[in-house]
Amino acid sequence: MNAANADGLQSSVPREADLIALYRTMLLIRRFEERCNALFLQGRIPSTLHLYIGQEAVAAGVCSALRADDWVVGTHRPHGHALAKGVSPRVIMAELMAKVTGCCRGKGGSMHVGDVRKGVFPAVAIVGAGLPIAAGAALSARMRGTDQVAVAFHGEGAANEGDWHEALNMAAIWKLPVLFVCENNLYGASTHFSKAFAIPRVSDRACAYGMPGETVDGNDVVAVHDAALRAVERARSGAGPTLLECLTYRQCGHSRSDACDYRPDEEEALWKERDPLKVAAARIRALVPPVPFDPSGIEADVAAEIDDAIAFAEESPAPAPEDLERHVYWEGD
Amino acid sequence: MATMGIAEALREGIREEMRRDPTVFCIGEDIGVKGGWGGAFTVTLGLVDEFGPERILDTPISESGFCGIAIGAAMTGMRPIADVQYGDFLFCMMDQLANQAAKMTYMAGGAVKVPLVMRAPVGSTRRGAQHAQTLEVFFTHIPGLKVVAPSTAYDAKGLLKAAVRDDNPVLMFEHKLLYGSKGNRAEKGAVSPIGEVPDEDYVVPIGKGAIRRRGRDVTIVGKLLTVYRALAAADRLAEDGIEAEVIDPRTLIPLDKEMILESVRKTHRFVVVEEDNRTHGWGAEIAAMVAEEAFWWLDGPPVRVSAPDTPPPFAPNLEELYVPSVERVVDAVRRLVG
Repeated sequence: MNAANADGLQSSVPREADLIALYRTMLLIRRFEERCNALFLQGRIPSTLHLYIGQEAVAAGVCSALRADDWVVGTHRPHGHALAKGVSPRVIMAELMAKVTGCCRGKGGSMHVGDVRKGVFPAVAIVGAGLPIAAGAALSARMRGTDQVAVAFHGEGAANEGDWHEALNMAAIWKLPVLFVCENNLYGASTHFSKAFAIPRVSDRACAYGMPGETVDGNDVVAVHDAALRAVERARSGAGPTLLECLTYRQCGHSRSDACDYRPDEEEALWKERDPLKVAAARIRALVPPVPFDPSGIEADVAAEIDDAIAFAEESPAPAPEDLERHVYWEGD
Repeated sequence: MATMGIAEALREGIREEMRRDPTVFCIGEDIGVKGGWGGAFTVTLGLVDEFGPERILDTPISESGFCGIAIGAAMTGMRPIADVQYGDFLFCMMDQLANQAAKMTYMAGGAVKVPLVMRAPVGSTRRGAQHAQTLEVFFTHIPGLKVVAPSTAYDAKGLLKAAVRDDNPVLMFEHKLLYGSKGNRAEKGAVSPIGEVPDEDYVVPIGKGAIRRRGRDVTIVGKLLTVYRALAAADRLAEDGIEAEVIDPRTLIPLDKEMILESVRKTHRFVVVEEDNRTHGWGAEIAAMVAEEAFWWLDGPPVRVSAPDTPPPFAPNLEELYVPSVERVVDAVRRLVG
């Protein structure tokens, strides 16, 4: 099944269909986020948004290494995680527009999108807090005798929270089937990595907990997928957790009000050159033998899916007033 | 029917729930170590022999982390019973309790449940500021949590079982002076509410209070240790012909308001006794509830007997001033009855 990828390395995503599917997932996230931005500026999405633009290869590469029944815990920047794990754009868009048809009935909003039927927890928007929760899902999988794996996505800023360290330690001592995916996008809000870490790589910390740590090019979906697949197989086989650091960059601000004046233009330009969609397209075009690749066809397909999601969301009703006091406690399935 | 204290009753409750349901497990610090203590106050002592270290899961000293792990397990089909050695350590896991466990069902629009039990010993026992606070009110203020506070062995076992079977996060507060006066973890001054506990399966429903003493002249509400202070005060008041009704809500959230209001409508006087700090406290909430909903039945203002607004002191003579005494309750009632 393996074949040479663009670098001549053995890859587990060699099949053109798989690579094109990954490209499509990434493009869906990109265009979804761009449309969200426009809808926000038009006042059709309330609140704030933390967009995933630039980091698409991480969600797509990791989630494509998972099974449908595996668990994902996202962050305050969760749209990409949810889309990559198969949550419908319709219910995400409806959630962002605060509609009752949203994946959280309009009560979660952008920072808590998730759908447990797709294995996506309501996203945890407190930095670092999702790691113990993912470890708990992994513990549960072991106790219930399933071979499910859990993934905790987090930014590099989370690695300086106590929960991060506590979760890594307990996952390691109990060899839990969990994958800690650090999306190192160089900035925790506006604070540069170098001001928050005295070490060059977040993954250097893995050895302190007795687990493998790996740093990969987070803008290369194949590199991410391959590393994630190794970690997932390791977790599923009972060998324990992995810390996977994906070097990437958010091409937009931290949130909607952020003009990114703290980032050098050259740095932004450099990373845009390494745009994950460009990298993936180059990988597809480098496949030997060549495969049919129709980016504009995929573009049209993705646009139609997002149009449908927006139409669904706009036609949906807002939560009823009585929804305010519902779901504080569990009301049943 | 067996006679036992609260620690033993809790242990039997946990044992029976773990036998009944394979998804129930215990997680916490020093709960299953062979030759250890069975948690800080012996509640889980010996359970590891029956259930093994996988289901009596000892953790490193990582309160926030293991709380999050229990939440993740609860969201995916397990029913964890977690505990902290001292209630004060709940503050270490405040984000996991307040932002994660409590809000998860709401922010998912009802799509997920978090059937978590978190047990926490509270109460002043000469350990000073960081191991002796009574802090239930921090958690009764958080929508999404249920909060129970058993003061008898019967209630401890019955509420533990109800908490395990509940599909929401339930915090169970246990008072260190009520675990029992015997054994190597006994506390000086323990009340030792040893009582009869049925052998057969039973639950004490969450949200139902108990009238511990009937009376016509004043309603006194207490919880945990202050139930016993209120009962002792009622005995003394009876010598003067004042008959106090003593109510133990047993569950703090959701509160059995009607039991309290019905009593106040009968007695026309209300006193709440709490070991918590006074300002913005639990007693303040109960007194406000009575004032709002039973104002026209009252013959005097709702009265709070509380700890002062200080951390729990260490010196025994100061601690005796800190925890509401029987005398303070008696005085408050006498002033009210006039």
